[in-house]
Order: sequence, then C-alpha cells, then structure tokens
Amino acid sequence: MAFLGMLWTIPLFPAAGFAVNGLLGSRVLPRKAVGYVACGAVLLSFLVSLGAVLGLGGAAQLPAAPGLTVDAEAHRVTQVLGSWMPMGRSASGEEMSVDWAFALDPLSAVMLLVVTGVGFLIHVYSTGYMAHEPRPAHARFFAYLNLFMAMMLTLVLGASLPVVFVGWEGVGLCSYLLIGFYYDRMFDEKTRMSCADAGRKAFITNRIGDVGFVLGMLTLFWWTGTLDIQGILAKVGGLPPGVCTAAALLLFVGACGKSAQIPLYVWLPDAMAGPTPVSALIHAATMVTAGVYVTCRMAPLYLHAPGAMLTVAIVGALTALFAASIGLVQTDIKKVLAYSTVSQLGYMMLAAGVGAFSAAVFHLMTHAFFKALLFLGAGSVIHALSGEQDIRKMGGLDKHVPWTHVTFVIATLAIGGVFPLSGFFSKDEILWAAFNQSPILWLIGAVTAGMTAFYMWRLYTLVFRGEERFSEEARHHLHESPRSMTVPLAVLAALAVVGGWVGIPRVLATEGMADRFGRYLAPVFEAGGAVHGHEAVHAPWLEIGLMAVSLLIAVLSGILAWVFYERRPEMPAMLAGRLRGVYRLLAEKYYVDELYGKIVLAPYYALCRGAFLFDKWVLDGIVNAAGYVTLATSYISVGFDTYVVDGLVNLAGYTVRGFSWMFRKLQTGFVQSYATAMIFGIFVLVSVYLLSTGH
Amino acid sequence: MPVPPSHILVFSLLLFAVGVLGVLTRRNAIVILMSIELMMNSANINFIMFGQRLHAISGQVFSIFTIAVAAGEVAVGLAIVLALFRNRDTIHVDEVHIMKG
Repeated sequence: MAFLGMLWTIPLFPAAGFAVNGLLGSRVLPRKAVGYVACGAVLLSFLVSLGAVLGLGGAAQLPAAPGLTVDAEAHRVTQVLGSWMPMGRSASGEEMSVDWAFALDPLSAVMLLVVTGVGFLIHVYSTGYMAHEPRPAHARFFAYLNLFMAMMLTLVLGASLPVVFVGWEGVGLCSYLLIGFYYDRMFDEKTRMSCADAGRKAFITNRIGDVGFVLGMLTLFWWTGTLDIQGILAKVGGLPPGVCTAAALLLFVGACGKSAQIPLYVWLPDAMAGPTPVSALIHAATMVTAGVYVTCRMAPLYLHAPGAMLTVAIVGALTALFAASIGLVQTDIKKVLAYSTVSQLGYMMLAAGVGAFSAAVFHLMTHAFFKALLFLGAGSVIHALSGEQDIRKMGGLDKHVPWTHVTFVIATLAIGGVFPLSGFFSKDEILWAAFNQSPILWLIGAVTAGMTAFYMWRLYTLVFRGEERFSEEARHHLHESPRSMTVPLAVLAALAVVGGWVGIPRVLATEGMADRFGRYLAPVFEAGGAVHGHEAVHAPWLEIGLMAVSLLIAVLSGILAWVFYERRPEMPAMLAGRLRGVYRLLAEKYYVDELYGKIVLAPYYALCRGAFLFDKWVLDGIVNAAGYVTLATSYISVGFDTYVVDGLVNLAGYTVRGFSWMFRKLQTGFVQSYATAMIFGIFVLVSVYLLSTGH
Repeated sequence: MPVPPSHILVFSLLLFAVGVLGVLTRRNAIVILMSIELMMNSANINFIMFGQRLHAISGQVFSIFTIAVAAGEVAVGLAIVLALFRNRDTIHVDEVHIMKG
C-alpha cells in the first residue's frame, strides 16, 4: 500500500534523471556518473512499480488513503495529484475538470513492469553500447532516454486522456530526438535521407495519427462531458453507435500512427536511423506498443463499435502480412527487425480487433522481451563488427560472439513461435481468437507466422552461420561485447523463454496454472464484456490442432530458411532471379514510400509552392505597394518643402540681403566723406530752420 | 571805439569756414585736427563777443571750458593718429578705410 501512494514518483525518477543529465551531464558529471544516474533513475522506477503492482493485489481490502481512490471490482487504484484543467460547470451543471491523475490497474501494471523492466535492461546495455560516444553526445543520449521513460510512464499511468496524450506526445518527441541522434549522418544513401530526415519523417507521420487521437478525444468529450478514461468508458453504453464507431476509429488513427499500422507504418523502418538501443527500447519494446495499449485501454468503447473492431482486426492482419513479406528480403539487419516489429504490432492489433485484448497485451509483453533481445543482439553484432549493418557482409559469427549468438537463437525461437518459448503462447492465443472470429484472419496470421519464422531464420543464418563474409578490418576489431551488454541480453533471453508461461492455454495446463495472465487482466476487460480467446469456442482438439498446424508452419519455414541460406546458398539468388518482379516489389517495399511521395507529398509540396507564390506575389505585393505609395507621397512632400517652404524662408533672407547691399555703399570708411555728409546735413537742417521761421 | 559785433561775427564765420575747408580737404590727419581747432576757436570768439555785449561772465567761462575740452580732444586725437601711424605707416586719412561696409 505504501508503494501505491508513490505512483506519482514513478515517472518522476526518470524525469529527474533527465534534468540532472541534461543540465550537468555534458560538462560536470563524468561519463560513468551519467550512466549511473540514468540507470539508477529507471531502477528506482522499476522498484517502486514492482512494489505498487504487488500492493495492487491487496489494495481491495484496504481503506482508501488520502488522494487514493480504490475500485475493488476493477482492481484499480487512482491517485489524483491535483486539478489540471478546471473547466467550470457544464450545461447540465456538472463540475468539469481534468485531473492530473495516475491509475494503476492490471493493464497498466503489466505495461509498467514491461516498460521499467525492459527499459532498465536497455539502459544498462546502453552504457556499454554508447561508451565510445563523445561525452556531450553520451550525456545527451541518456538524458533523452530518461525523458522517454518519464513520458512513457506518464502515458501508461495516465488516468485521463489528456494526461495520456501528454505522454503520447512526449514519447513522440523523444522518438524524434533519438532517431535523429546522429543528426549529421546520412542514413540512406539511395534516397539521400539523413538521420535528421528520418526523425522528421517519424515525427510528421505520427502527427497525422495524433490529429485522429485528438479528434477522437474531443468527440468523446463532446458526447460524454468528461475526459477521464473511466468516466468515458462508464458512459459509452449510452452513446449512439455511430458516435462510438467514429470515436473508436479516430482513436485508432492515432494508434495507427504510433503503432506503425497501415497506412502510417512508413516511419518505423526509417526510425532505425537511431542508435540500436533506441530501436530496441522505443521502436520495438515500448513506445510503438502505445497504440495497442490505448486501444486495449479503450476496449469497452471498441466493443460498442463492431465496425471499428473489424477495421482494427483487418488493418492489423494486413499490416502483419504486408510487413512480414517485406521483411523476407531486406538486407539491413535492423530493417529486417523493424519490419518484423511492424508485423508483430499488426498481430497485436489483430488480437485487439477480434476482442482478445488480453491476448494483445500478452503478445505485447512477450514481444517486448524477445524483440528487445533481438535488437540488442543486433546491436551487439553491429558493435562487434564496428558498425556493419548489412547481413550480406556478416556470417559465421557464432564462434566470435558466443553470448550474443546463444541469446539471439533463443529470441529467434521465441519470435518464431516454437514451443515452449514465450512467442508460442502469445501468438497462438491470438491465432485462436482470430480463428473464432474468422478463419481467413487465422489464415493470414498463420501465413505471417510462417514468414516470421522464415525471415528470422534467414537473418540468423546469414549473420551467425555459413562462411565469414565480413571485411578484414572488421575481423581485426571483432570482439564479444562487454559485460554491461551481455548481461541484459542474458536476462532478456531468460524472460523470452519463461515470459510465456504465465499465459499457458487451458487445453495444455491444469486449472491452477492455465492462463494466469488472462485471469490477471480479467478485471479490466471483463467489465466491458470482452471476448476471451480461450472461452469463445470450447473445442479443445480444434485448438490443439491449430496450434500444431502453426507450429508446423513455423518449423517448416525455419527449415526452409536453413536450407536456403546454409545448405544451398545459391538457391535464394536463383529464386530471386526466377521471380524477379516479386523480388523487386518486396525489396523496394511495395514502392509505398514512392507512392506516398506521389500522391501525398507531391501535391503537398505543390500546395506549399502555391502558398509561397501567393505570399511572394500577392501578400508581398500589397506590402510593397504600400511602401511604394509612401515613397511617392514623400517625394511630393520633399518637393513642396524644398521649393515652397524653403523658398519663402530664402525670400526673406534675400530681401534683407538686397537692402543691406544698398546701405553698405554709404559706409565708405573715409572719415572725410562722413564729415562732408554731416556738414551738409547741418547746413540743410539750419537752412530749413531758418527758412521756416521766416528770418 | 569798440569793434562792431558784425565784424567779429564775420571774422568768426570766416575762421569757421577755413576750419571746415581744412577738415574736408586736407589728407593729413594732424592738419585735420588743427582745422577742428580753428572751428572751435571761432566758436570761442563768438562766446566771448556775446558775453561782453550781454555783460555775462558765462561767455568767457564757456570758452575756458571749450579750451579745456579741446585740449582733451587733441590728446585723444593725437593718440589715435599715433596708433594709426604705428600700424599703417601713414597718417593720410584717404588711405585708411578699414571701416568700409
């Protein structure tokens, strides 16, 4: 209970770490201290989260503490920190306000532990991976990473949509900052895309989704008069079905942006421009799952909007298939994993779309383990090969980086869905739920699972098996990664193995062991009447059969990849030659970027150019015309001043000068001429006097 | 037999006229000062003549005053001429016209 009252500190620790590293990291703190501050902040968050999650089980029995509201039925504890946006009274007299509130329930508990746990491991890994960066870049990296954690935890804990949105935008910002971390480097030579461009692409694509999120939020606020998530969900039953569908679809647009679904997935493969730990943390394990999380969080809303549910399922299934097919032929180790991530996110959306929300969250968790592991393993390989990312220039690394190799195998098995690793259970739960909805969705999922196994084994074989194709220089520096990197790999590998055991399907386990994960989440989803994958149809043999089929597909695909890339290395090139068109289509990613360039960017740029010309000629023209008119009138004014006003003044001067020219002639300077004038004057005066007096 | 006043008046008139002519026509500043002296003295003769005719002592008193003033005037006038000579090496008034407008 004590930890439940400390919910507010969970995002605060990384925020403090961000402040310390951001302000002091590059100049004051030594490199080691920066790493300790960053990792320590996340570790504290993890410990408090763990305490709070453990306390959550017993919260129902305890009386509510100050500031805490306990909803025993939903296993939810809400902590209100204060009113954020008081909005006065609504038309119906209700007090409206948005609180800065955090909520912990089983759903956010799972997210919390995944984010802080995986986040901590990746922070530790980063201290090794980023050790060779210059000191300011090193500090900047950890400051951003901590800021990301703070924002992600705000997103997860937020009890109202605006608080969630703050975190949502915050993680988007950090994603942008970290994708563009090497802002001065070129990312894609072919398209002349710099890392900064990749960051911009991610940010702007996300912005399109965010418009949907905001509109969805406002739609819900308009109809329910509240922005509190539980307040909204309590009222969705009374809303018109059209409103539910609209709001759900708008929120899903936001989720599409964040979770990289068709049609907004294009940013995620380019997000690989960031450092590899960032790809692992933000673009695989946590941030990109935010869309899935919000969709699951709003589950009751989606359950009232069957049309929106179907859309989510179809978009998810298509994304899964589409991205997996692109992943088959990519040659950049991180791009393969990026398309794999898009594909797996599609899986999660598919699960949410068919109503199996707990399966979506289950896969979210297991995916966080094995995909983080894959990315960190890829980072370790890249690190070992001094920055090489092209899998055609790898091979035969299994002897050189044994730890990385073993953990990578485990992750590959896990994502391939091999029993009894974590991916098997979460994937099969989704497939089973999809089958109950529609066999077509199951088929798409199963084909995707086959492709996933294929491209993962292809990746594994090309990187770790076969002949060594890397350069002599790379061989010279070849080394296993330091302990700070291999230990997180080992921990994640363990999680990737056992992570699925909390959700063993009922057909395979005793009553006590079966589906503990689903039962843990049940209070969140069952309140809304969500379908539960394993209870929808009671056909144990069908379920086991489907499991066997998907396992068989995975194993066969894996064997196929092994044959292709290890036994008969000439086969892929031959096949690519035979199916030249298909191969090109996949290698060029279905030309989606080019298509967007044509239908979205080109008209947009044209519009910008038009606006520019309008500015330049019309707006600037008006301003310039005003200037010219002023100039012309001032010329007139100058003329009047020069000729009329100055003329009058000068005239006065000239007049005075004319008279003085006359009078100065009298002043001869000769004494005698004055005397003459004087005497003549006296003569005249006396004469006048005498004549006038008559003498 | 007393000299008739008309004779004295004509004499002083002639004397005055000589003075005026001297002032107006001579170039030498000292001569001009001397001519001014003549004009003053013609006025003094008139003072004395009228004082005698009218039995008033004030005529003679005024002429004494005039002589005293004339002495002062000559002193100032000669000082100016001296200064002029020192600066310009001439005492010819037609060569000095620095006050020309």
